[in-house]
Amino acid sequence: MVPADEGGGLMRADLLVEPVAGLDEVLAVVDAFDRTLVGGLLRPHPTQAGALAELAAAVAGTPLAGRVAEAAEKAAAGTASEDHLVALAAARTALLGAAHDALVTRADEATGRDRGEEAQAVPAGQGEQAANLQAAARTWLADVARAGWQGIDHDLIADSAPVVFAMLPDPTLRRLATLLDGFSAELAASCPGATLERFPLRRWADLWARALLLTRPRVDAGPAVGTATGRLLPLGVDVQEHATAAQAQVHAVFEPADGSPPRLVRASVSVSKPDTVVGVGVWQLLRPHLSLLAAAGEGRAMDLTDMPITAEGDLIWDDAHARTGRPADAFATARVALPTAVAAPTTPLDRHPTRIAIPVFLEGYAAAEDGATALVLAGHHIPVDVDRIPTAGPLTPEAVATSTACIGLLRWDAGAFRIQPLAVETTVKKKTVALHAGAWAGGTTDKLGVKAEKAATEAVAVLRERAGKLLRK
Amino acid sequence: MLSAWEESSVARVLPPARPRKLAKVPFVELADGRLQGVVSSGSDIGRVYVSSVAAGDFAFTCSTNNNRPCGGAHGGFCKHIEALIGEAVLQYGAERVARYLRVELANGRSEAWDITRTMGASRPPQGDKTAAAPVFSRFLRHLAYLELVPTTTPLPEMQWFPPTRAVA
Ligand SMILES: [Zn+2]
Repeated sequence: MVPADEGGGLMRADLLVEPVAGLDEVLAVVDAFDRTLVGGLLRPHPTQAGALAELAAAVAGTPLAGRVAEAAEKAAAGTASEDHLVALAAARTALLGAAHDALVTRADEATGRDRGEEAQAVPAGQGEQAANLQAAARTWLADVARAGWQGIDHDLIADSAPVVFAMLPDPTLRRLATLLDGFSAELAASCPGATLERFPLRRWADLWARALLLTRPRVDAGPAVGTATGRLLPLGVDVQEHATAAQAQVHAVFEPADGSPPRLVRASVSVSKPDTVVGVGVWQLLRPHLSLLAAAGEGRAMDLTDMPITAEGDLIWDDAHARTGRPADAFATARVALPTAVAAPTTPLDRHPTRIAIPVFLEGYAAAEDGATALVLAGHHIPVDVDRIPTAGPLTPEAVATSTACIGLLRWDAGAFRIQPLAVETTVKKKTVALHAGAWAGGTTDKLGVKAEKAATEAVAVLRERAGKLLRK
Repeated sequence: MLSAWEESSVARVLPPARPRKLAKVPFVELADGRLQGVVSSGSDIGRVYVSSVAAGDFAFTCSTNNNRPCGGAHGGFCKHIEALIGEAVLQYGAERVARYLRVELANGRSEAWDITRTMGASRPPQGDKTAAAPVFSRFLRHLAYLELVPTTTPLPEMQWFPPTRAVA
């Protein structure tokens, strides 16, 4: 624990900026593989063969070794089958899984947090139709890898659309479908690849590899392994969105009624949406399906009875198992309950640095001279991801820059730990006020917010009216 | 060495659409190498026009969803295509629309009017009429997003899609 006068709450900021042993080496192998996807694997260049051999060498001591070595050899010769490409994706995923584990260990040291036992994957049942769609998605992803980012064109990318639309209604395929929908939209907007000057190398390789692994029969994070009964204290709301999907996740401390240690948990809700529904329109679509959003917005706890929960700490929310409880200020929760809450581990196949989102409480920091782009904790600059603050809410980068306390998510991207603000305390007219990124999730009385709500309601009404006429003809 | 953008798993590639009123032009997209969409008929509530302009040669089409050609789209852009371009600029920003359609704007001006006029001045050809059916079915699929059942089972892959404050 850091003495209070050094600032940073309970955070050991020095550990966040100190290099993690072995990480650069792992990422160098990943980067080299990611570059092979630029030119594609149809007619690989000798430098691509080198990168593929490096990837195989990096997993030589693991159960994947044999399959990946064969896959690397075939890919280098331009003759990789779909299964070979899956093996390469698995090798890349294993390396980033190791990076994830090292980063989480470091983050837990920095925040002084305990983490529970490893979660085991439970196979989920799937129908034949699902298997056919997964096979179609796999074929498309293989074609994309052969073409390479430079080789993508409108015809190739358009091939994914029927597969995605067939998948979306099937709950067991929702993860893959939502991922492919967001990924293919980016690729489509970037066509033809031959005209691109630069490529989001890590990102597209991540999306490609994850999608490819999701085309294989596997676990959904879905199957609940237990139930939760007790008090849920919201910390903040994180929102994620692409053109045609959005997800809100409420991070919270759960205090079990049986007196066992408090846990860090999440509750999620996701919807599909037309790309013209944005901002508060997204909150409007999410709101009816997670009463917790309103409770979090009003600063209230919720009482849970037998709410399903996964080993990863994800509540599978059902309003029938929840009741709105007493007022519970998020900053009080962050100061008092958060420090002792135990975090859940991540399912092996889902380990990736991008999955890291650890609730933290910070105070006693200063804003960096250039504004809100970094917070200075005990002399160390920790970047702030202000771009993640949703526009449909009262929290702004300016408020973060003048804040005195912050509830955030500790994340890692592009070589550094960073803070995503979920809420801040700041001083307005000598009074401390709290501003939450998700304050409008459950509704708002803010003047600008009300206006935006009205416009968004109208937009959705127009589309629903059209859908009523055209879809049910 | 990779740049920070290249080594970011959450590099922002596509800015989100900007909100706009949807009554006149319920659907606009930049897809399949075209600006395409669906425009409401001014006179008949039950009728819509499917309009498109191709990138590069600006070949244009406009017909009803029942495949009747638009009376206004002879020899030049009709009012539906003009409305389509206008709403596309609202939704995506003029720069992205101009870049996608490969419109070279004089003096770097880029507003809906400049884009429309520049394309119109190049005497664009009539496009392939078979484009209307797939555009209309894409519109129906777009509407179907509202019909899908929301889920409280987490979608871990959405971690790759953070919001952005950047506007189109
Ligand atoms: Zn017309």
